[in-house]
Amino acid sequence: MPHNSANPIPAREELIRDAVIRLAGNSQDGIQSIGGFLARLAGRSAQEVMTYMTIPATISGGPSIFQVRMGTGEVLSAGDEADFLLAFYQHSYEDHIGFLKEGGVLLYDSDHVKLEEDDHRFVRVGVPISALTVEALGGSSREKGKNLFALGLLSRIFKLDVGKLREIFKERFGGKAEDVLRNVNLAFDAGFSYPIDNVLDRYFSFQSEEESEGPPQVTMDGNTALTLGLIAGGVRHGAGYPITPWSTIMEMLRQQLPRYGGVFVQAEDELAAVSMAIGFSYAGRLAVTGSSGPGISLKMEALGWATMAEIPLVVVNIQRGGPSTGLPTNVEQSDLLQAIHGSHGDCPRVVLAAENVEDCFYIAREACQLARKFSVPVFVLSDMSLASRIEAFDEPDLDALMIEPSLDTEDRPADFKPYDLERITRHAPPGTWVEGGVFPQVTGLEHDEAGHPSANPQMHAKMMKKRRSKIQQIAAELPPSQVFGDREGEVLVVGWGSTWGPIRETVIRERDCGRKIGHLQIRYINPLPNDLGEIFSRYEHILVVEMNDEGLYGYGQLATLLRARYCNPAIRSLNKTDGLTFKIKEIRQGIEAICPSPAATLQAPVQA
Amino acid sequence: MSTATPTPVKAERGVLTKKGLQADHPTWCPGCGDFAVLAAYYKTLEKLDLPQQNIVTLAGIGCSSRFPYFVNTHGGHFIHGRSLPFASGVSLGRDDLHVFVFGGDGDGFSIGGNHLDHAGRKNFRLTYVIMDNFVYGLTKKQTSPTSPQGFKSKTDPWGVFDRPTNPMRKLLSSGATFVARTHATQIKHMMEMYERAALHDGFSVIEVLSECVEFYKGAFDAGNPRKGGAFETIDEEVHDVSDMAAALALAEEPWPGKFGVYYETQQPTKNKLEKDLVEATRQKVGHKSDKELLAKTFASMR
Repeated sequence: MPHNSANPIPAREELIRDAVIRLAGNSQDGIQSIGGFLARLAGRSAQEVMTYMTIPATISGGPSIFQVRMGTGEVLSAGDEADFLLAFYQHSYEDHIGFLKEGGVLLYDSDHVKLEEDDHRFVRVGVPISALTVEALGGSSREKGKNLFALGLLSRIFKLDVGKLREIFKERFGGKAEDVLRNVNLAFDAGFSYPIDNVLDRYFSFQSEEESEGPPQVTMDGNTALTLGLIAGGVRHGAGYPITPWSTIMEMLRQQLPRYGGVFVQAEDELAAVSMAIGFSYAGRLAVTGSSGPGISLKMEALGWATMAEIPLVVVNIQRGGPSTGLPTNVEQSDLLQAIHGSHGDCPRVVLAAENVEDCFYIAREACQLARKFSVPVFVLSDMSLASRIEAFDEPDLDALMIEPSLDTEDRPADFKPYDLERITRHAPPGTWVEGGVFPQVTGLEHDEAGHPSANPQMHAKMMKKRRSKIQQIAAELPPSQVFGDREGEVLVVGWGSTWGPIRETVIRERDCGRKIGHLQIRYINPLPNDLGEIFSRYEHILVVEMNDEGLYGYGQLATLLRARYCNPAIRSLNKTDGLTFKIKEIRQGIEAICPSPAATLQAPVQA
Repeated sequence: MSTATPTPVKAERGVLTKKGLQADHPTWCPGCGDFAVLAAYYKTLEKLDLPQQNIVTLAGIGCSSRFPYFVNTHGGHFIHGRSLPFASGVSLGRDDLHVFVFGGDGDGFSIGGNHLDHAGRKNFRLTYVIMDNFVYGLTKKQTSPTSPQGFKSKTDPWGVFDRPTNPMRKLLSSGATFVARTHATQIKHMMEMYERAALHDGFSVIEVLSECVEFYKGAFDAGNPRKGGAFETIDEEVHDVSDMAAALALAEEPWPGKFGVYYETQQPTKNKLEKDLVEATRQKVGHKSDKELLAKTFASMR
């Protein structure tokens, strides 16, 4: 081993804008925690960060990766290829070497990984990570702690702020037994002091950006942001049933809500969970329920009741690969039409989709507002990739955003009607006195304005219109849609949900190449904003990018909806169902396929 | 099933009368046992003299579940089988309310059977009345989970051969902290059971044998002295209501069995446990405002 510290050639400093670092190991190695530390560090260093992880669908163990992309300037996607691969095992090396870009750095545990002899495409750096970790911590630790050893190595290579990292360790482990924090620091120091200069001729340093004056950055995953958005939106009650990847939201709500005087119930099943949440809301406490696809299917009958009875409710769907049990730990956006149409009958409700981790906070809060204002169930769609990936964003201004819940049991006048045809329903929850003492009924049967059953044909049509028009009123009140990039041109790339980042990055690159192209991410899925038709008319092609199947007729779920509404043949569809997020190059190829770039057209004859 | 809605008699705040409690005219068939169940409910509410606006009458789906429309209180008519979790949310969200749930044997023992076990185990503070008629009435004579073997329904025209649910055994094993049984023809007994159930602090459940005169006439004659049967009540001098084994033994008695309180125990309610948790947690966080608490959480994520 080259432990000789004499180093004739000083390592060269390379200034970089951003770096994609993929850590590959097994799920029990704690690579998620190194990823988490890096993300938090980036957040505190005014750097942008985005993480991406996969976990095996097994109970414990199995290959797992954590990818961190951090850097200066806006980080929009987790990256198509890695600049840096850390491989703990042979399988980590074999499975992920294809993801490392040529000339990238491969750092591997030489105790476990044997490289292919003649593959010289990469800068190869072998470090006996396992042995050195055991040496640093003593024999009883076995290989536990090698994640921190590796973090030490990375800190050296990327000139990370060790002081800030130590603060993070202290916050994370400070409450535990003293030797825990000591061992963390020992393992980290062993990695940090390893003479990496002997084997790697360069180190990297992020281009510094002036510390901005704005609010501090916070770092969290999408499910955490969504949970905090619900709390900011005034949700204090809810019920759920465990399912991946929704569970972490219900765990957080169960632990957090009592602090705010609320309660979250783990129900016996999905049917009970949605029913209980509706019970809370009927009682005047705006509630949340949520799940992932399979559980949402089970909730559909009760959600139909909530539309019929006009009850405010927030419903979260953290989508995963379907149908049925499908791909429980992979990403997909295939529950859009279910969210809109999943209940029987004509059953209008609101559907929103969060576009990134930060938006999980804002959209959850907005869902609460809409549910209350229009007395209607509101779906929030997120997905597996947003749920677990970590991003840093500006700390929200709670002075402006916090909504305190209130229970409205003020007396109602004698002419109070729960289903007044002239007004948007605002229920009088139980406990409310009604002048004259006639109390309201809330029901899933078609009803008259007082809530009593009515099978009168005209009444059904009127009530149907009442339930529909309030959703149309939401559309009329939506803010104007924001187009990024060119306001008119060749292509408008349209997406919804977590495809926001990859689409934005693609559009930036395409514009850099001279293409007239715009990006529109639709956050309001149902109702759709009223200004889309006019926006679409300004582009030659509209490409709807979504992670779902192209269906029987060649169009994804949002594309189907947009084509039905706008009858615009320029609307095309780019889909995929491989359980992975979109790569920039996949979207670029999709654009190229419907609208070849001038450069490519010019080159064509030359190549021919 | 449309019906003309008569104008309900207006109620005065603080004065609970039968007239003030009546709402739509019941849509049940003439002679249906459910009329008596409803009458006993009015009388019990009058006697308990609760603030009218704080009474909530809820139901699932079935003939019996039309109940809320006939009572002038805050009311909710939910979906089939899910009235218990719905009512649990109402109860837990608002401890100031008096929550009553009505339903049939289909709602309670078939499509919603699972919820009974968990509402019992969690001991929500509410009262659940199961109007058992041994048949599906609203859908016109299919087999119910309590239809006895040999009963000829449209889905078992040769006579039911599946064994029926033993309602009392099911209720006892659910963990409900108050379990009673009564008969719709015995209005005084019914009222006594309602009253004790309503005053019980926890999940109280009553099975009322309520005859369907249309599809299962005479089903409960064996428990009706006026039809030659015997209405045998439980003597609580002899039966210890806190003795689960004795209660289960009563549940195993041959038809028509005994009527009265089978079991009663005091266990902390979910309502109280959650309230205690909230109080302890609020104490721990120094009764800070919601905004301060959330700001602190964000600060920990910097």
